[in-house]
Amino acid sequence: MDIDSIADRLSSLFPGSVRGIEKEHAGDPFLVMDPARLVEVCMHLRDDQEMRFEWLMCLSGVDYPPETIAVVYHIHSQTHGQKLVLKVLLARSEPRVPSVESVWKMANFHERECYDMFGVDFEGHPDLRRILLPEDWEGHPLRKDYVYPESYRGVTNKA
Amino acid sequence: MSVIENRFEPGVLVTSLDTVINWARRSSLWPMTFGLACCAIEMMCTGFARYDLDRFGSGAFRATPRQSDLMVVAGTVTHLMASRVKLLYEQMAEPKYVISMGSCANAGGPYWEHGYSVLKGVDKIIPVDVYVTGCPPRPEALLDALLYLQNRVIKGRTIARGKAPIFGGGV
Amino acid sequence: MAQDMKPIAQDLHTEEMLISMGPQHPSTHGVLRLELTTDGEVVRNVRPFIGYLHRCFEKHAEKVGFTGVIPYTDRMDYLAAMNNNHGYVITVEKLLGLEVPERGEYIRVIMAELQRIASHLAAFGTFANDLGAVTPLLYAFREREKIMDIFEMACGARLTYNYYRIGGLSGDLTPEMLAAVRSFLDYFEPKLKEYDDLLSYNKIFIERTAGVGVIPLAMAANYGITGPNLRASGTSWDIRRNDPYSIYDRLEFDIPTGRGLKGEVGDCWDRYMVRMWEMRECVRILRQCLAQIPEGEYINPKTPKAIRPPKGEVYVRVENPRGELGYYLVSDGKPNLYRLKVRSPCFTQLGVLPAITDGVMLADLVAIVGSLDIVLGEVDR
Repeated sequence: MDIDSIADRLSSLFPGSVRGIEKEHAGDPFLVMDPARLVEVCMHLRDDQEMRFEWLMCLSGVDYPPETIAVVYHIHSQTHGQKLVLKVLLARSEPRVPSVESVWKMANFHERECYDMFGVDFEGHPDLRRILLPEDWEGHPLRKDYVYPESYRGVTNKA
Repeated sequence: MSVIENRFEPGVLVTSLDTVINWARRSSLWPMTFGLACCAIEMMCTGFARYDLDRFGSGAFRATPRQSDLMVVAGTVTHLMASRVKLLYEQMAEPKYVISMGSCANAGGPYWEHGYSVLKGVDKIIPVDVYVTGCPPRPEALLDALLYLQNRVIKGRTIARGKAPIFGGGV
Repeated sequence: MAQDMKPIAQDLHTEEMLISMGPQHPSTHGVLRLELTTDGEVVRNVRPFIGYLHRCFEKHAEKVGFTGVIPYTDRMDYLAAMNNNHGYVITVEKLLGLEVPERGEYIRVIMAELQRIASHLAAFGTFANDLGAVTPLLYAFREREKIMDIFEMACGARLTYNYYRIGGLSGDLTPEMLAAVRSFLDYFEPKLKEYDDLLSYNKIFIERTAGVGVIPLAMAANYGITGPNLRASGTSWDIRRNDPYSIYDRLEFDIPTGRGLKGEVGDCWDRYMVRMWEMRECVRILRQCLAQIPEGEYINPKTPKAIRPPKGEVYVRVENPRGELGYYLVSDGKPNLYRLKVRSPCFTQLGVLPAITDGVMLADLVAIVGSLDIVLGEVDR
């Protein structure tokens, strides 16, 4: 199934869940999804016999200042040998999206990393806390406007 | 000329207590297994068959700081790890020595500019005796550093109070 | 084991202990901290804590230019540096639409497969060391030294190579180096039988690893486990075969899978044996590459001096010795990349640890962590 037919199928089963298809750039095309219906769409993508996207390959955050943070899901079907890219665009001031940890357990660590690096709140995640940085770290480093801390707990951060 | 000159048969060694104790110390500097990152692999290679750290007496890597004399900080120290490095250093018994192995432990390494969570050199939290340059340093460089440290140990003070003065820079 | 303890301990009142295993620990393969809740010797809960080696790779990638990222990729999974390089340069080339000449592709595969052997040797040696068998570690590193000699001939470095470039490689392989690879393969092939005699079928080793830490296939898929750990659970999924890149589609090799010969499918012994069998397949691949390698350029002469891919994004994955290494690259047409996310196999696999360690003994936990073959540089990036 190519990306257009997947988009049509999802739009008919979950009206309003697909907000658009982006194909005009170099590289992989992707579907822009509605965050509110993400979990049920992903559950369908994983379990439907014609799609069977059993694998979540990668979950990443991308910062598009000044207004958007995107969370990108790369999924893959071993049965049918096809890949799909889903993107949700979130408001940068308060990025919030339902967690897909109930669909693919692999998302557990990756969502924690996205929270750590971008500040995205994954609703329904069983254990959302920082994973790569200390618990009392301030700020979200991979945001484009991140300011490097001068020191941490009394130890200077300057070279 | 001392009183005991030429008074004994061959086979009797006369030396100072300092020298004997230092000779024992420098020939058995037991490192702690403190590999953090890529330099740890080169430290392991130094300990194994081709470069053989054991012939210099430093082959017995101890996992616990209580039994080791030498801490080879091999790899990048992050802010999260820094408190543990300090704790482990304090748990070692005197006399203790630190070799800072690799660019990351010396000064932050390739992560010095944009690494927000990287400690720019382990000497910001513990005193270092020898710095080894390289990314990662070759096993020969680490052996050279160990021999340099051994030469410093043999000249140090033992019974007298105070630590030996630190001369020179790195390797 | 845990069941045998029950009758004695039934009438005793015990408290649970909270033990911190790591970050400095001889058996955690790096700076990993496992917070264990144990009831005596039996582990009830494991919580992995990572981040002790977070070196801000993804932030550096946004600042140093496309070619400048290559040395940083070496230092992520430092035991598989060539494969890390390979994945990254393929990603940029896909976005640029740049072809690599045939000789360059063959040299890339030769280096990648030699690195796979070196990485599996390190895994085999350290796994045996964790379980108390010290000799295989010395043998493994003796072989690794020979591989590192070949790498040093090619690019000057022993551990972090920075050998691949966008469009090809940084230098060619001379006939002497190819002869060195050939003589290494002749030396190494009989050693694999020696390791089997020494360790693989040893009764104590089997007692400690067979039936321990079983990962069923469905759980492996859901947790995103890839690489030898996945193949040990019974499926022959290998990116070199199922989603091929470079010239792997021209090479003949088998995909070893776990069959539960000594215990259950997907236990520690299976994960260990899959790596041993994979080393044999690597030797096969290398011999074919040495036979087929053509003369020619090692780098595309039309590679632009300033790498500036068009605006777009791409996700490319390669088969790292530890699993599926994926690079998600977003470019906005500028000289520095916009975003690079690394899908690290070890980071993903650590998530399965709490699920397979309820009710195991502490010694089994060491075997399970060792069999997963984690490298913390890649987990924390």
